[in-house]
Amino acid sequence: MNLRIQEPRAPKSETAEPVGGLVPVAVPAPASGIRSFLQSRGSSAAADSTFRWLMLASALSIFAIVALIATELVTHSELTLSKFGLKFFFGSAWDPVNANFGALPFVYGTLVSSLLALVLAVPLAVGTAIFLTEMCPKALRGILSFLTELLAAIPSVVYGLWGLLIMVPLLRSYVDPILIKLLGWTGLFAAPDFGIGMFAAGVILAIMILPIISSLTREVMTAVPHTQREAVLALGATRWEMIRMGVLRNARIGIVGSIILGLGRALGETMAVAMVIGSSPTIAKSLLAPAATMASVIANEFAEASDDTYRSALIEIGLALFLVTIVVNICARLLVWAVTRGTPAREA
Amino acid sequence: MASQRKISAANRHWRWFTNNLASGLAVLSTILVIAPLVAIFIDLVYKGASSLNFSFFTKLPAPVGETGGGMANAIVGSGVLLVLASAIGVPMGIAAGIYLSEYGRGTKLSNVVRFTADVLNGVPSIVMGISVYALIVVPQKGFSAFAGGVALGIMMIPTVARTTEEMLLMVPLSIREAALGLGVPAWRSVLSITLRTAMPGVITGCMLAFARVAGETAPLLFTALGNDFWSTSLRQPIEALPLQIYVYALGPYDEWHRLAWAGSLVLIVLIVVSVSLVRYVTTRGVLKGAT
Repeated sequence: MNLRIQEPRAPKSETAEPVGGLVPVAVPAPASGIRSFLQSRGSSAAADSTFRWLMLASALSIFAIVALIATELVTHSELTLSKFGLKFFFGSAWDPVNANFGALPFVYGTLVSSLLALVLAVPLAVGTAIFLTEMCPKALRGILSFLTELLAAIPSVVYGLWGLLIMVPLLRSYVDPILIKLLGWTGLFAAPDFGIGMFAAGVILAIMILPIISSLTREVMTAVPHTQREAVLALGATRWEMIRMGVLRNARIGIVGSIILGLGRALGETMAVAMVIGSSPTIAKSLLAPAATMASVIANEFAEASDDTYRSALIEIGLALFLVTIVVNICARLLVWAVTRGTPAREA
Repeated sequence: MASQRKISAANRHWRWFTNNLASGLAVLSTILVIAPLVAIFIDLVYKGASSLNFSFFTKLPAPVGETGGGMANAIVGSGVLLVLASAIGVPMGIAAGIYLSEYGRGTKLSNVVRFTADVLNGVPSIVMGISVYALIVVPQKGFSAFAGGVALGIMMIPTVARTTEEMLLMVPLSIREAALGLGVPAWRSVLSITLRTAMPGVITGCMLAFARVAGETAPLLFTALGNDFWSTSLRQPIEALPLQIYVYALGPYDEWHRLAWAGSLVLIVLIVVSVSLVRYVTTRGVLKGAT
């Protein structure tokens, strides 16, 4: 978002002394008697420390929430955790009737749909970021970046509605036949084609993660100092060579970070995918076949999961999703921070 | 000499060609990114506006097969859920933001809290949904509006905390020093001076978080569940706009699809208005008193 404005760094005074644990304020020595008197006044001191503890407790509640999510997920998936162990993620049988659960089709579905989305979205997002930072006239830049921000604000369920009622029929009648004709020999695009399926999920995911990747990439590219561009241009480079050698090379770590952040979003995206993927717990070679992801199977089957093992299996999938997205997010944040905070890439 | 010139001419042409090719591709990709957005908005406005009418806002969903009907209960239900979510998310988020900027600035703890907040922001909303299901719905043995509100409230906390922190950091130290110099207690100085100065920015942060959870469906599926009838009780299942859109979109009836478009339009208008407001305020200077 646009809210990330650089904080004005205040110079820290050497003689600073914390007042009530607050901001350093320089206080002349003779006044310290008055100050300690003021601070020791009953009500204010008590109120100050109470307030401080309240704020601290609220900050710590963020840890508590993460811990709570983890423990709730673990305790409620104990049944399948102990029954299937690690085999749960390598078995491909999803048979609620006989209480036999393997999550491999959903892991596969999540990975393939997210990768498909990245393949479609990354070139477009980087292209858009290049256009917006390096080529675009100023007047247009404001409008376009606002539009991409709006794209990020549309709720998932509205994407799903649009995907299901508008995009899927379009894919089925115009795009898929071309893909089958051109790439049918690979086996990745094979009839029967219902419109809904892995490919539709990948496309809608790509549309959804585009704004995140492109706005973060833009941020990282703007952080590349102008001297880099000027130096490359001074050597006689064309604009594209300047972008390739002066900008992209310096921003690459941050761009990878933003791609991973987009991946994290794609892995956990639920509603839009659940609406267009066709929810079938199978692993098919054809991308046009219906499939299911980890998030979509929870959304589609949790309400009808009647017995405890079934529910526990779905919660265990949720637990896995939680852990995977946390790891992916941590990697991405570290990469983006490395670029926008410290400057390993800027010096390169 | 001549051959060298020939190579350099070929080289120049090649570079001219790749330069234009890359520029063209960048423009093309921008168009491809904007196209679905425009398509979505046109479809929404065209299909949504044609099915919006007065009864959409006043009537309950019609029984299957009958035309007409509205989403009045879903609109009210979304309102109840969002009020509850804001009551949880806004105070806790602002308090956490105050801690990060005023008390823990630069400390290791606040860095870890900030990082955890960012990570929590990336946790899929469906995971939040099943956690709250396990936490509240299972012990209470029933779906409830309360559980839905808690799920949405928890999702608001990290966003509100981070924007509050960023806004408070922009308040100059001299203002805090002036307040403390007059003998104002630290807590009063934080609330009435620092927070007040950054208020417009903090409010926009809250609006942003509000807009985000207003469209969330996944955390409500197994907490608020949905309800075809009027309900404002926190102990009963409750309907919400995104839930209703989800159910209607998957339904086989054209009438349902029509209502889903109308509901989406209402939702989008709500969200776009708050996002534009955020943009307007942030570009117009966030701080009231400080320059």
